[in-house]
Amino acid sequence: MDKNKIIELKNIEMEFDGERVLKGINLDIHDKEFVTLLGPSGCGKTTTLRIVGGFVTPDKGDVFFGGKRVNDVPPYKRPVNTVFQKYALFPHLNVYENVAFGLRLKKVSEPEIARRVGEMLELVDLKGYDKRGVNQLSGGQQQRIAIARALINNPKVLLLDEPLGALDLKLRKEMQIELKKIQQRMEITFIYVTHDQEEALTMSDTVVVMKDGTIQQIGTPQDIYNEPTNAFVADFIGESNILPGIMHRDRLVEFAGNNFECVDGGFDPMEPVDVVIRPEDIKLVPASDEVLNGVVENVQFKGVHYEIIVKAYSDTWVIHSTKAPEVGSVVGITLTPEDIHIMKKSDVKKVNYFKSDYDDAEGSDIEQQI
Amino acid sequence: MKKIANKLYIALVFIFLYAPIFVLIANSFNESKSRTVWTGFTFDWYVKLFNNEVILKSLGNTLIIAAVAATISTILGTAAAIGIYNMKKITRSLVINITYIPIMNSEMVTGVSLMLLFVALHIDLGYLTLIIAHITFCVPYVILNVLPKLRQMNRNLYDAALDLGCNPWQAFRHVIIPEIMPGIVTGFLMSITYSIDDFVISYFTHGSTSQTLPITIYSMTRRKVSPEVNALSAIIFVVVLVVLLIMNFNDLRRTKPKKKKEAAR
Ligand SMILES: Nc1ncnc2c1ncn2[C@@H]1O[C@H](COP(=O)(O)OP(=O)(O)O)[C@@H](O)[C@H]1O
Ligand SMILES: [Mg+2]
Repeated sequence: MDKNKIIELKNIEMEFDGERVLKGINLDIHDKEFVTLLGPSGCGKTTTLRIVGGFVTPDKGDVFFGGKRVNDVPPYKRPVNTVFQKYALFPHLNVYENVAFGLRLKKVSEPEIARRVGEMLELVDLKGYDKRGVNQLSGGQQQRIAIARALINNPKVLLLDEPLGALDLKLRKEMQIELKKIQQRMEITFIYVTHDQEEALTMSDTVVVMKDGTIQQIGTPQDIYNEPTNAFVADFIGESNILPGIMHRDRLVEFAGNNFECVDGGFDPMEPVDVVIRPEDIKLVPASDEVLNGVVENVQFKGVHYEIIVKAYSDTWVIHSTKAPEVGSVVGITLTPEDIHIMKKSDVKKVNYFKSDYDDAEGSDIEQQI
Repeated sequence: MKKIANKLYIALVFIFLYAPIFVLIANSFNESKSRTVWTGFTFDWYVKLFNNEVILKSLGNTLIIAAVAATISTILGTAAAIGIYNMKKITRSLVINITYIPIMNSEMVTGVSLMLLFVALHIDLGYLTLIIAHITFCVPYVILNVLPKLRQMNRNLYDAALDLGCNPWQAFRHVIIPEIMPGIVTGFLMSITYSIDDFVISYFTHGSTSQTLPITIYSMTRRKVSPEVNALSAIIFVVVLVVLLIMNFNDLRRTKPKKKKEAAR
């Protein structure tokens, strides 16, 4: 895929008011690729996108388009178009004029404009809305107009900043499919920003996981899900149990007061590590001396499965199961070696947002009892 | 009972506010020169008014000065508002406060200090000094009307324009200006009214040939109030009323579609 690299970011650094927002971003983007920048709010996704679009110039590092350095090329001379967060449609223009805006500037002839606007409105399923004011449209419709307004300029790359953020769940799902279709039909590159891991995994060819202005991992959705490089990625990509452990030797790890066989190696002897276990990988069995035992603290029905909180040893576990044990009962936890993912200790604390969610819930319960 | 009292109260307030003006308008059609006796209906005073060279000359002065001062103020004020909008937070609030000073300041002080400045700079008092003086008190009104429109604007609109191929100037003309137009229009109309209406500052900065209407009226009433002045005041009142109505209508039209949108949600 390397031969058709169309955008390269090299050692990009950015500072706002003395705060380092991007700390050395390196990223290659290929032709016709659907790349998603994924990360929690404030991690620098929008800033990265704005650097690609040319709306801000990085303090350090270089941006290349097709091998040419474009740091100083203004947005209106770059072969990219953007679908902005909250759409940024022009309120003083109707739907037709919004979509036609880019072509008008290029002095395209009127009949040609009419033809292409018609095509675009058909593509986004809004035929016949030409004369509507953009403020009279629903969020989903405005969003489609924003896409049409960008795509009509035949960009090589479309930048999308949380385009589905303001839509309700059902519409989101529909639009995810729609956007993916549009990308494949138009055969262009999408750089997509979201903080929704599910959205990233369903739509992307490549997911770029970001945190605090750094890239944590770049890979296919499968790579990111199955082989997260650290506890942060594992946790952000899916709900995960992250437990402190010690690697005794290759393929033997100690955590939760027990030794477990695992499939990872290559750590120093007795190195402290993060042990990451997905809630759906854990099997509950009747309590016995053979297995790790824990007390069920809470059970919640989540539609497809139950979410079960178990206190075992000194750790809180989140477990997904289709069967619900009694609250207060003692259960056994079993794991196969493949379910245990060993990761280098990340220097950042509080990666397990899941755990903290639970602690909050516990706190409020107590308050209610009082 | 409470409702009736309420209505009565409002009626009283309006009578106090508007009775003098209606008396004045009525008197402008009174045949008699006396303000206490009604002897019959006439347009004579209006006819005389439009044959009064001094009044016509100062009316012309007033309109020219208002048009020039308001136009320049609108351009300067809009540019200033955009500059202020793009400033860093601390400098911005500082500059906004400085902007308020000419509005808060006593007109007397502004007028005298401007006069002293012009004299010190050896600029002869006349059209130029009047226009400069009017610009100084009109610009803040334009800024204060345009700034909120800029703040209401989605920050990404400018970027969206660049993204679709506008250079900065085109983005300004095709996107920013239409967005803030209501503020610009209101600022312009306010400048016109304040400029036409201004007496104190004009009094200190006008020259012998550049009398504005309020100054002429003042000098006419010093001797005795001529019914021509009534006629003139009536006309001014109607014009100002119409401008105010246009301004309100303009605002109303702009806010209506937004309300519709909110209702739709
Ligand atoms: N124009 C700006 N001025 C100052 N700070 C900014 C600006 N743009 C972004 N930031 C800061 O940079 C950080 C990253 O922002 P952003 O790239 O928008 O994150 P994300 O899109 O991932 O939520 C945030 O802390 C934000 O406050
Ligand atoms: Mg963002």
